[in-house]
Amino acid sequence: MPSNSTGLADRSLAVLRKDVLCEFRTRYAINAILLFGITTLTVVSFSVGQKNLPPEVYAALYWVIIFFSAMSGLAHVFVREEESKTSTILKLTADATPVYLGKLGYNLLLLILLQIAIAPLFLTLTDAVLTDPALFIILLILGTVGLAGATTIIAAIISKASVKGALFAVLSFPILLPLLIGLISATTKAFSESGGGLGGASSELQLLVSYGVVMITASIMLFEYVWEG
Amino acid sequence: MKHSLTVDHLFMFFGRRKALEDVSFSLSTGDSLAILGPNGSGKTTLLRILAGLIEPSRGTITFLSGDKPLDRADVRRRLSYIGPELALYDALTAAENLRFFATMRGIAIDDGLIGRILEMVGIGGRGNDYYSAYSSGMKQRLKYAVALLNDPVFLLLDEPSTNLDKDGKMVVSGIVARQKENGILIIATNEKEEYGFAEQQYRIGG
Amino acid sequence: MILKALLFIVMTWTIIAAFVFPAPQQAIGDASRIFYFHIPQAWVAVLAYVVSMAASIRYLRKRQPVDDDRARVSAALGLLFSVLATVTGSVFAKVTWQSFWNWDPRQTSILILLLIYGAYFALRSAVSGYQRRARLAAVYAVFAFLAVPFLVFVIPRVLPSLHPSDSIIDSSGRFTMSGMTAMVFGCSLAAFTGLFVWMYTLRLRICGLERTGFEE
Repeated sequence: MPSNSTGLADRSLAVLRKDVLCEFRTRYAINAILLFGITTLTVVSFSVGQKNLPPEVYAALYWVIIFFSAMSGLAHVFVREEESKTSTILKLTADATPVYLGKLGYNLLLLILLQIAIAPLFLTLTDAVLTDPALFIILLILGTVGLAGATTIIAAIISKASVKGALFAVLSFPILLPLLIGLISATTKAFSESGGGLGGASSELQLLVSYGVVMITASIMLFEYVWEG
Repeated sequence: MKHSLTVDHLFMFFGRRKALEDVSFSLSTGDSLAILGPNGSGKTTLLRILAGLIEPSRGTITFLSGDKPLDRADVRRRLSYIGPELALYDALTAAENLRFFATMRGIAIDDGLIGRILEMVGIGGRGNDYYSAYSSGMKQRLKYAVALLNDPVFLLLDEPSTNLDKDGKMVVSGIVARQKENGILIIATNEKEEYGFAEQQYRIGG
Repeated sequence: MILKALLFIVMTWTIIAAFVFPAPQQAIGDASRIFYFHIPQAWVAVLAYVVSMAASIRYLRKRQPVDDDRARVSAALGLLFSVLATVTGSVFAKVTWQSFWNWDPRQTSILILLLIYGAYFALRSAVSGYQRRARLAAVYAVFAFLAVPFLVFVIPRVLPSLHPSDSIIDSSGRFTMSGMTAMVFGCSLAAFTGLFVWMYTLRLRICGLERTGFEE
């Protein structure tokens, strides 16, 4: 009998490492997501860049760019397994939870890279004024966790569908709407004069934190049903 | 430890099409079964159901360790399946593939062990080549390497000698012989020369 | 048979009463009559979701095909009633606040419910294989449900609301409807719930018959 000498953390990291290695060597998803983000940002900057718009518009634009970029790349982590037919052997050898955690980690990394690329460019190319950098960075992190947390299991679901197309966005959007509303509302405060700092955004922050926790916990519990069979 | 596998009145429907009809058999440690039948008769489907990849429409499959029934997770740890539709990771080397699957199976593995396993299936020294660069015969051998990582009690082989040359087929013979001693072997095949791998036969379809 | 006749009578009476009796909220006038229809529809849309989600959970645990039927039938009715609720809500919004849509949190949550139902059926039609379809749809139904409490309870604290907040229970928790209004409203609620139950049972029976025919 083989010994159970690798634990959950080892296995999750193995999945993460495998996906990062494969991605690094093919660069498929990161290219798609960055290209989408930068293209959209360019269009935004070109059309409204120097117009001095109210902070809520900039907040909305930022998260719209991130949302659509996410939709173009976050399903890849599962869809690729199905398309290259490696999902069978993975299902035969791996338990559900480490697969989910590893791929969640991968999507988190992808989004962090996206935001690192887009956020500074966004602030430079538009007239958005960042009055509360600390709040903004916290929101970027919470937004990353919320987005990845809610959509990774959806990605697993649609990877088994025969017609993928826009299904990922259709399934994700209703679930993401509360997250987006909270993010935009709080980001508005980070861009405006009278934001009120972290305290002023406390209800949004509570929403965002609880959203991330709930979505990830539920995903871990439900993922097995998506993975098996 | 004696293991057994019992299939009881298994049916499989894909929509209205009946893919498997009333399949029943029972095997225990030391038994080997060859599932025979023409193309499209459901051999692969049956194997995939046994491997836990598809849920049967009707019927039960029971895996036992001694007298104790095994749940899906237990079975997964003790079972390996190889089929032509399986693929390993193109963007990883053979060694990286092996290391990954060993970790996912809960097996601690080092470079020395990886080297030995690759030798065993006849691709020693080629561990640092990407899977995508392997010939189809080498790919098949690596699939065997991965399948043997967990020293499976239940070994399911769909078309065992696909893509293999004479040496490769000898490797498979060795694997089959060892499996018949210590575990349960089920193969699905059309090739007459593979019929001899198993003591019992089960015909489905034509 | 008797129940169906009773349902017919109650529904007819409710519709007539809604237009004949005094309007529930004098401040808004006749437009507030929509309250007799809009709120029960929204209520049924949510009820349908709860039923669908419960059936989905049961399906995941027991894998009985009938639970998948229940989830699907309930979701279809939920879709219907959330469309009705959204439309009646928009009509009221136009008449009272001069615009069909303004992202009021309650409006948004019924829209989300609508989108979830739509996504549920989009998913079902995109997955082949009966068991896989039932399983994935069930997971989505349960998971998507988690977004709704965030909208219903949390967002209103983040965004201001336009919804009349004292139509049923005012800020101190006391029941604010007058006897007449309460009665018509209660009947409407019963009538719409009865309508849902009737349509649900009927469709479920059809599904059951289809299933037996299939297994022959």
